[in-house]
Formats: sequence, C-alpha cells, structure tokens
Amino acid sequence: MSGETKNYALELNGLHKTFNAGTINEKVALDGVDLKLEEGDFVTIIGGNGAGKSTMLNAVAGVWPVDSGSIIIGGVNVTALPEHKRARFLGRVFQDPMTGTAATMSIEENMAIAARRGGRRTLKWGVGKEEREDFKRQLQTLDLGLEDRLSTKVGLLSGGQRQAVTLLMASLKKPNLLLLDEHTAALDPKTAAKVLELSDKIISEHNLTAMMVTHNMKDAIAHGNRLIMMHEGRIIYDVRGEEKKNLRVSDLLAKFEEVSGGEFANDRMILS
Amino acid sequence: MILMTIDLFSLLNKMPGACAQGLVWGIMALGVYITFRLLDFPDLTVDGTLATGGAVAVMLIRAGVNPWVSLLAAFAVGMLAGMITGLLHTALGIPGILASILTQISLYSVNLNIMGKSNQAINVDQYRLVVSLRYISGDSLTIFKFYGGVILGCLLLVAVLYCYFGTEQGQAIRATGCNMRMAKAQGINTNFHTVLALMISNGLVGLCGGLYAQYQGSADVNMGRGAIVIGLASVIIGEVLFGKLCAGRKMAFAFTLISVIIGSVIYYAVIAFVLWMKMPSEDLKLFSAIVVAVFLSIPYLKEKYGKKGVARG
Repeated sequence: MSGETKNYALELNGLHKTFNAGTINEKVALDGVDLKLEEGDFVTIIGGNGAGKSTMLNAVAGVWPVDSGSIIIGGVNVTALPEHKRARFLGRVFQDPMTGTAATMSIEENMAIAARRGGRRTLKWGVGKEEREDFKRQLQTLDLGLEDRLSTKVGLLSGGQRQAVTLLMASLKKPNLLLLDEHTAALDPKTAAKVLELSDKIISEHNLTAMMVTHNMKDAIAHGNRLIMMHEGRIIYDVRGEEKKNLRVSDLLAKFEEVSGGEFANDRMILS
Repeated sequence: MILMTIDLFSLLNKMPGACAQGLVWGIMALGVYITFRLLDFPDLTVDGTLATGGAVAVMLIRAGVNPWVSLLAAFAVGMLAGMITGLLHTALGIPGILASILTQISLYSVNLNIMGKSNQAINVDQYRLVVSLRYISGDSLTIFKFYGGVILGCLLLVAVLYCYFGTEQGQAIRATGCNMRMAKAQGINTNFHTVLALMISNGLVGLCGGLYAQYQGSADVNMGRGAIVIGLASVIIGEVLFGKLCAGRKMAFAFTLISVIIGSVIYYAVIAFVLWMKMPSEDLKLFSAIVVAVFLSIPYLKEKYGKKGVARG
C-alpha cells in the first residue's frame, strides 16, 4: 500500500447484515461484502432472489444500520449516518415507480425537493423562478412532453414517466453514487428499454458512479463497465472492462449453475 | 302556521351564532387538516390541546394579561403539546395514534391543574376579549366588526399556511406525509418534520381553544371532547362539497384550506338545524360521528362498488 490512501467512490468493507436474528425467520442477507468502486464505475449487479443485491444497495443508502463492516462514500465514512444524512451522497431510483416521487406534489415541487437534497430546508420559497426554467429545460431532454406540465401532480403520471422524473431528480444535484434498484422491473418492456437508455445517458452525461441491480442478464452485460454477481449475501463474481464486454448470457448462466447447483433454472431470472 | 314562522325565525336567529362558532372551530379544522391530510398522522392530541389552549387563555386573562397575548400563549402551549406527541412517536417509537392518545389523556390532568378546577369563567364586561358571543348580539356595527375581524383573521391564517407550505420546509413536511421513503431518499429529516407538523397543527388547535374560550366566556376541561371528530367532519365536508372546485386550480391549496373552514361553518349550521329539528342535544356527538363515518367511507365504497351506487351520497 502506498503512503497515500486512495479515495474510492465507494468502499464496502466486510458488510454483514442478518435480519430477524435469533428468530425462526433469521436470514443472513449480507455475509461479508467487500467492494471498491472507482470514480465513474457503472456496475451492474445480478444474482438470484435473496442473493443480497437490493440489501447491499439498502445498506449503502442506510435504510437500516449494518451489523458490522464499514461503508465509505468518496472517502467519507457514512456507516453511522442515518438515511436522510447519507442522502446528500446518493441518487436513488427504486423498483416501484411510486416510491421515488411524492404523488400528491407537482412535478416542479418534486424536482425542487430533489435539487435541495442534502441541504437545509429553510423558509425560502420552495421553487425558485429561474429554477423553474431550468427544470423545464431538463424535462425537455426526457422528450415526454412533461416540460409543459410542471404543475401537474406526479400521481397523474404513468409509471415510466415517474421513473424518468425520478432519474432526472437523482441527477439534479450530482450524487457521488447513483443507486438503481431494479428500476425497470415494474415497467413494460418498451418503457423499460427507454428508461434504461435514459439511465445510460444521464450516467454518461454527468459522469456518475452508478450501481444497477437487474434481473435481466442481457441488460447487465450491455450496460456499465463492470458486472458483479451475488449469491447468498456474498459477491461471487466480479468482471470489468474487456472481459465484461465479451461476456455472454450463457457464461453467466454457467457461473450461476456452478455456485448454486442448478437451482437458478427455477429462479425468476430473465434469460432472454 | 304562525308558530312555524316563529320557529323558522328562531332557526335563522341561531345561524349567526353557528356561523361564528364554525369560523372559530375552522381554525382547529385547519390544524386537523395538516395532520390528517398533509402528514397522514392520526392525531388525537387535538381533544386535549383544545382545552389546554382554552384553559391557558382564560387563566392568563383572569391574571390580567391582554386577551391577544393570551392567544399567543394558547398557540404556544398547543405547539408544546404537539411536540410531546411528536417526540413520543419519533424519539420513542410509539405508534402515532397511541402517542397522541397518551398526550391527550395526560393533558386532561394538565388542564385541571392549569385551571385549578374543571372550569373557569371570564366576564366579557370585565375584559376586552378578542371575540365573544356578546358581540354577535350587539348593534350592527359590532356584528359587522366581529364577522369582518374573524373572517379576515381566518383568511390571514390561510394565507400564512399557504405560503408556509410552499416553502422548502413546508414542502419537506408534505413530502414526509406523502411518501416517507422518497423524503428520506431526498435527505429530508422525516422525524424532525413530523414533529414540526404536529407542533404547527396543535398550535392552531390551541389557538382555537383560546379563541373559543373567549367566545363562550369560559374554559372547561371537557371543551375539547370530540374535537377531532368535528375537525375531521369539517375537513371531509369541505372536500366533498368543494374538492372538485379546488382541484387543478391555481392556488388550489389555499382554496382547499378555505373549504375546510367553510366545512366547519356548514357543520355548525347543520348542528343548529338538527337541534332546531328537536334532536336531543345529548345525541349530537353520536350524530357527528355517524356523519363523519358516512363521509369517510364514501371514497372507499365508491371504489368498491363503482361510482353509480353511491353517487347520490
């Protein structure tokens, strides 16, 4: 190790998390997860049900405290920080399109809240005039016609539109890390492809570091510069660069078979 | 026939009082709107807070404090009550409804202690009260000043609330109430904003208690019993009657708040009407509860059985 310690975009050291410890429902969700993400890494995460993919993202986001291990974002140890304090480092898009936005609030209000992520909530007016123009321009890039509907309640939008707005919101204030938790799984294939394309665009435009959980192996291969596979709360496979580019679905399947003894054949992995 | 006209006259005679009462209680209804609709928190503190506001205002006025200042104090103790419920819920993890019941019950003792007995009166002749029953039976100038003042006061409150919930802080409260996961993901301290909303809500309820005590010339330890039901009734009547009118408008939120106050006025007008119809006054609370239950269930039943069946209400 050199004298100067390197700051990774994200550093996970020996993360452990057990749910319902000591009860009949005890479930080891994270069993010693180590991971280092370089600045600008876009890593896709695959694995069977209960492998710990979403749990790892939730651990990073601080939805609950981990049992042991440390989480370091951009050189800042956030392990002890509550969820709302970690938010200033993180952009998040969830599986359920309803989760990422406040339905009873307008598009511009949702965006204004996101633009203040990590800041103090003062008695200043919630949406600034210039800000509104900026939101309009940003919405225009989505090409969904939302730029003329700034005061529309988000609850009136479709799932795909809400997911697109959530993505935009995640990037309004550049996050150290973008967490995409199966954010296209609840959408129809066409919309899912669109949202995925938008994710790619936002990540490359803002040069974001991102983690994307997906059930779709094809997507996992086609997107990002790095791929990890999880199984039973551990990272069991980690490829990047050229090696990842040359991956095929059959390679991943073989890997799955290898670790699980064929059980993945019945899993809800999308093989196409 | 003549008897009937006289009777009708007595109903009309009751309306100014019902209207005044409705406007004053409308302030409490605004508080209930904040917790029930914006924060999505079932806050039963209200029943205790209302009496606390009344008790504090009356005791201060009796001690020679300016009635206006007593209202500020009523607002402040209301906020304190809301803070206690909020902290029981956020810091100690007690479910919201239970936390609010605990505060409400403890306020009963607190209110008895504030007043020293179960009720205390203030004489309108002795103090320059902000509002009083007496003012609506005075000469037309007094009546005009009374209604003008109360309506202006309500509109002012609506304006302040409208602006506040448009600020960053107000939006954070609304996001907390609407979608807690989203709020947290956007860095909003949901615990803090929950407590804050409960404080503002109960502050308004305390203020209403102080005003109402002045209006009726006394505070009573039981004056807040069932207040939450009246508040809910006002919110729901306002929504059912004016919801469609408010939606999609510019400043829809301000209109919604006004409709809550009008809902409260309508509630008291209906109460005056059923009393005029010779409904025994001891049945009033039962009647109120049934009205609220019916209106609360309408959206659910509409959903379940389609729009046709319940369209007539």
